[in-house]
Parts: sequence; C-alpha cells; structure tokens
Amino acid sequence: MDPSISRLYAKRRRRNVVTMALAYGATGFGLTWLVVILGVLLWEGLSGLSLAVFTEMTPPPGSAGGLLNPIAGSLVMTTIAVLIGTPLGMLAGTYMAEYGRYDKLTTVVRFINDILLSAPSIVIGLFVYEIMVAQMGHFSGWAGAVSLAVIVVPVVVRTTEDMLTLVPDTLREAAASIGLPRALMITRVAYRAARAGMVTGVLLAVARISGETAPLLFTALNNQFWSLNLNAPVSSLPVVIFQFALSPYKDWQKLAWTGALIITMAVLALSIIARILAAPRKTS
Amino acid sequence: MSVAAFTVPTVSHAPGNAEDLTEKISIRDLDFYYGDHRALKGISVPLYQGQVTAFIGPSGCGKSTLLRVLNRMYDLYPNQRATGHVRLDNDDVLSPSQDLNLLRAKVGMVFQKPTPFPMTIFENIAFGIRLYERLPKTELEDRVRYALERAALWEEVKDKLGANGLSLSGGQQQRLCIARTVAVRPEVILFDEPCSALDPISTAKIEELIDELKDDYTIAIVTHNMQQAARVSDFTAFMYLGELVEFGETTRIFTTPNDRRTQDYITGRFG
Repeated sequence: MDPSISRLYAKRRRRNVVTMALAYGATGFGLTWLVVILGVLLWEGLSGLSLAVFTEMTPPPGSAGGLLNPIAGSLVMTTIAVLIGTPLGMLAGTYMAEYGRYDKLTTVVRFINDILLSAPSIVIGLFVYEIMVAQMGHFSGWAGAVSLAVIVVPVVVRTTEDMLTLVPDTLREAAASIGLPRALMITRVAYRAARAGMVTGVLLAVARISGETAPLLFTALNNQFWSLNLNAPVSSLPVVIFQFALSPYKDWQKLAWTGALIITMAVLALSIIARILAAPRKTS
Repeated sequence: MSVAAFTVPTVSHAPGNAEDLTEKISIRDLDFYYGDHRALKGISVPLYQGQVTAFIGPSGCGKSTLLRVLNRMYDLYPNQRATGHVRLDNDDVLSPSQDLNLLRAKVGMVFQKPTPFPMTIFENIAFGIRLYERLPKTELEDRVRYALERAALWEEVKDKLGANGLSLSGGQQQRLCIARTVAVRPEVILFDEPCSALDPISTAKIEELIDELKDDYTIAIVTHNMQQAARVSDFTAFMYLGELVEFGETTRIFTTPNDRRTQDYITGRFG
C-alpha cells in the first residue's frame, strides 16, 4: 500500500483512540458522581427505612415518627395534577400533530409550550400563588395540585405531539383508505400506534413533578398533621425533605434522607416502567 | 377502428371490445397541483368496470398522484388540489360536498408499503367491517374469513388470528392489507405499486390475486414493473411528465404502441 495512505490510517487510528478515551472519561466522570449520590442516598436513607416511615405522621423534633402525611399528600396532589394535566396535554398535542399539523397556530403553540417546558418551576409556583393562593387567602392542596399540573401539561403536550408525529403518514392513509373518519383514525389507529410513547410521556411527567419543591412551597405549603383536605395546606415529600434536611435535629435529617430515598426509588421505578413500555415490540 | 366514448389524440381502442365496456370511473381534463407545481396535465382516461387498468411510466410521471385523486387521498394534505372532472358512476368525485369517507369506502386502496394497523390480524379486518355494519359475532367471523380467503391469506393465518398484524411477513402483510380493503366491500380497488417491496413469490401471489379480484372489482394498478403491467392488466396507460401519452388495450400498447415515447419506455430505452 502507498505509505502515505498507511500514514493516514495510522493518524486516524490515533485520533480514534484519543476521542474514545475522552468519551469514556467523560462518561466515567458523570457516572461516578451519580453512583456517589445514589450510594450516599442509599447509605443514609436505608438505615432509616422502616414500617413506621409509612404508618406514622411527621414527628415534632426529638420524637419518633414517619412520613405518612407527606407521602399521602404527594400522592394525592400528584394524582390530581396528572388528572388535570394529562387530558389537556394530550388534546393539545393531538391538535398539533393531527388536526393542525400545518397550521401557523401549531408553530406558535409549540414555541410557547417549549418555553413553558423549560420555565423555572418556582415561577410556576409564584404564578399559582398569585392566581389561587392570594385570591383564596390561604395555602391549599388544590393550589399545589394546579401548580404541578402546569408542569405536567407542557411535558405531555410535547411527548404526545412527538409520538403522534412519529406515526407514519402511510398508516393514516391506510386508515383513511377504508373510509375511517378523522376522529377514529386518530383514536383507534394513531393513538394505538403511539400508545407506548404517550404513556411514557405521562410517566416522565409524574417523575418530573414528584420531586418538585419550589412550586409547592408557594401553594400547598406544608402540614405537619394528617390532612387530605385540599382546601387547607397539604404536606408533601419534597417540602418535608427540604424542611427536615435544613433543620438542626438529627432524627429530622434522618427522615429527610429516607424521604429522598423513597422519591428516588419511586421515580426510578416509573422510569423503568416507562422504558419497558417504550421498548420496541418484537415484530417478527 | 372504432373509438370509445371520448377521444384524446393518442387514445385508441381495439375494435369490437370497447363497446361492451362501461366506464366505472371517468377522468376528464384532470389537472393536479402540489402548491404551484402542476403534476398532472389534462389527463383524460377511463377505468372500465371489471377490468384491470395499469398505469406505467417513469418515476415522477404522476401515476401515483393520479391514483390518489381517485379516492381524494390528497385531501389529507394542505396545498394539494385537483381540477377537472372525475366521475365514479355518476358521482362527482372532486365535488367539495363529496363525502370522503363514503367515497373511500367505495374506492379502496392498497399501498406500496404494507400498512397493517397495530392490532391483531382479526381486528385488522373486522375493524373496517364494523365501521359500516353491526354484525353478530359469527357473521363477523365469516366476513373476516371471507376477506382473508379472497386475499389468499386464510390458510396461513387461520390458527393465529389473534397475533399482531405486524408479526406477519411483508408479503403476508400486503395480502392482509388487501383483505382489509376487500372486507369493506369497495367497488374499485387502487393498487399503488403493491409489489415493489415484495419478493418474487409474494409478487406472484399478489398478481394472481389481482386477476381473481377483477371479476368483482374495478382495478387500477400503478407499477414500475412493465412485465407486471403486461401480466395483470387489460388496459394500460402510459404517462410521462404528468401527461397521459397513450392509453389502450394492454396487448396493443405492448406490441404496437402509437407513440414513440411509449415504445422507448417499454423497450427500456429511458425511464
């Protein structure tokens, strides 16, 4: 072979080795911190994990207790947020991908949705504080749920639109070719083809809001007692973690670690479920 | 030489035969636009009842576009429009008041790429039937079976009707799509390069199928494969650059074409 060519190849190989080393290094660097964070979380959180955490209320400083009220509060507010946000997001996403795909309005909505998607959640908290808490005169679980719903909507809009856009036009044409009206084409064929991705979007939204603290501080506030009255302040895991972790009391800090572990595990479980659902199904 | 109901300079029919034929679909002076681009230029051509009409021509000549006018498929997209006259029996296909779903129930379509719905084999067929009729379970099963038999697929899938339609091979998927089309009981079936993604054996099966289907349906097929056009069709239309160059009986088009361009194309000199 021409020596200049083998020199060229040698140079490419060297460049490849360097690039690969850099890529591995960066990956390793990122993974290390992730492992350290998870390790500390497991170490600190596991030791405090007991049945009492799930059955007892948050304690006053210096006595034993659990996280039942914040867990319940988080579950209720997250559920309501998803119930409000998912239909809104799916309908909007459906409009953008199906009915209004070529409309100017869709471009505008998509742009605004992207802004909303990356809006700092504290701003959303303040917004809901202004329109709900300030008007009602008190903090409430409803306000907390609404602020979380505002975070859910753009995520679901985005994934719904993306997933429906991935459904090939040939499938829509096939549906139209047997005389399927548009609404049925969307609900029976396009949704079915995009189902896994759309469910994943909702699960990712749940994962996203289950760790949100800032919007809840301004809306649901916190409640150290058992209360699911949504017209009153409601406790939530992220806010309790925030409060307990910053406290000087050892057993509160312990509970904060355990709460953080619970949220992390819940989000991990959701992400895994989302992964499984989104995995391409074997076709042949 | 006798000439059919209308005349376009290059159109001619074999004597005798043409008078017995009724026009299922008649296309007159059809223009089609993608935005400002004129993709079809004054097309006039009949589709005869119970006959197979093949549309051949080089890529981009407008054959698929023409097919997509016949069931108004282009209506799904913006900035596409057709002008001229297309009649299905006595129904104005291009009329703005045309009920598109009804039209597409009458004019079925099979696409280049097999497109089963993401559901079971049984549901793929039953879905279309249920759109138009409420049938008791046994009758629905009979209809699904009939459709699969018509598409020569029944024997291969009768034991796995609950399997996902996407689990079939490409050729089977395409026959599933034909069964799905047949199940809706259309009057016309449009095939848009139905075999271009299939292997020769599957292709032969589909061609056989088309031959059987033409007793009950009026068929139009777009194909890049001239042997296929010669094998399956009764009439052939040659299109070039958005124009209909020549239309006539397949045997004549392939033996004694009138137009130089037709001859060049079928002898493989361009395209």
